[in-house]
Amino acid sequence: MNGIFKSFFLAIITFVAFSLASWAQAAEALRATGDMGIIVERATGSVKIIETSGRTELRRVEGFGDLSHASAVYSRDERYAFVFGRDGGLTKLDILTGKIVGRVIQAGNSIGGAISQDGSLVAVSNYKPGGVKVFDSKTLELVADIPAIAEDGTRSKTIGLVDVPGQKFVFSLYDGGETWIADFSESRTPKITKFKNIGELPYDALVTDDGRYYIAGLFGEDGLALLDLWHTEKGITRILDGYGRGEEKLPVYKMPHLEGWAKAGDRLFLPAIGHHEVLIVDQRTWKEVGRIPVHGQPVFVVARPDGRQVWVNFAHPRNDTLQVIDVPSGKIIKTFKPGKAILHMEFTPRGEQVWVSVRDANRVDVYDTRTFKRLAEIPAQKPSGIFLAARAHRTGL
Amino acid sequence: MLKVLAIAGVFVATGAMVSAGASVWEPSPARQAELYNLVVQDCGSCHGLTMKGGLGSALLPKNLEGKDAEVLVEIVLDGLPGTPMPPWRSQFQNGEARWIIDQLKKGLPQ
Repeated sequence: MNGIFKSFFLAIITFVAFSLASWAQAAEALRATGDMGIIVERATGSVKIIETSGRTELRRVEGFGDLSHASAVYSRDERYAFVFGRDGGLTKLDILTGKIVGRVIQAGNSIGGAISQDGSLVAVSNYKPGGVKVFDSKTLELVADIPAIAEDGTRSKTIGLVDVPGQKFVFSLYDGGETWIADFSESRTPKITKFKNIGELPYDALVTDDGRYYIAGLFGEDGLALLDLWHTEKGITRILDGYGRGEEKLPVYKMPHLEGWAKAGDRLFLPAIGHHEVLIVDQRTWKEVGRIPVHGQPVFVVARPDGRQVWVNFAHPRNDTLQVIDVPSGKIIKTFKPGKAILHMEFTPRGEQVWVSVRDANRVDVYDTRTFKRLAEIPAQKPSGIFLAARAHRTGL
Repeated sequence: MLKVLAIAGVFVATGAMVSAGASVWEPSPARQAELYNLVVQDCGSCHGLTMKGGLGSALLPKNLEGKDAEVLVEIVLDGLPGTPMPPWRSQFQNGEARWIIDQLKKGLPQ
């Protein structure tokens, strides 16, 4: 065998060996993200990447800035989490590799965000300067800046930002009492539709999972502002007006969150403000059909994905308790105290588990939603929001 | 845990240096640690964990400069009607609100 031939042969062998080795490695490393998610560690500006099949922590990533009030949405391929921080930071995290692949400080003070129907746009709701900024989800380049100037000329904080079908975002003006629709279906310069005088101090909003009804909770009055997005010409309708009439308002030590629409059949479950009650509304008539006295001021009122249970957590100083409402009977079937400062609950997509952050215990608990048994605990520094990648496929989350 | 103790330690230490005109009364070290956690975590839900503001106003020393401590104490205890600021009177013992205001005016240890 001559020299050239020999080295050529050796090169082939080496190439094949290397290919096989890296192929084996890649096969081992291949993983999908459908059972993954993140836990926000609010005080340390970090997140934990977790998976819900084995209920384990995969890694911890730092460098997200001030996560006092943080939330996240996911790219449609469920690979990237867009994390919205209090300090205006918008951070794109690759949950497979645990690498931060993009980060912009886009405002001075932010409250949350949303991703468009087609996944190409990420919108952020800002307190300072008040308004909404929209970014390209691939590059995080600014696409649109929407200052929230209310009718009276004042700049307003924005809240309750959600995505809805038709490549639109909807949000409300906290100080200005308005709801705006930003329509990106025709171009990257949005068409804005404004609804004025929706009520005093809208503090948060939600959208039904079909993307049809947008509802803003009002802090300044007993009632909610409803917008039917299939019939915007009808304007805003007020629902549950005066639900607390005749009762003294109790102090609210933490604002309720309307994310996570608790819907079971035609009935919707909502937190009352200043009353230790969960309100039940019939979605066909938008009338109150009942209310359930609960342990404290409700913060999150969220339905298990099958709609048979509704889980409720509470504001300070009653925030060590969780209650579970059985939807068919409207009764509380379970009250338990996982620990001090329960901040958030997140169900797995089919609802067999719920992940609960217990801030002051520096722990996230995983419960079986049928037996209420604790299945696992994950250590986390001052955990707050828990966001599973399956949110990628839900409108309004 | 060590970090919490360290923070509480700093808090106690800075608390001891309260200047004339501020409160002289002090909560116990254990209670100071509890109050510190409450201010950062629970007040922080609206005012930001770093007190840079959110739905509620910013509470950094520069924001509170020149504001009468007693008026701020009243806001803490009685809330601000028409806004989400609730009355905290039932949550604090005598003097604790004043102590918190003094800490905020000096700046919380980060």
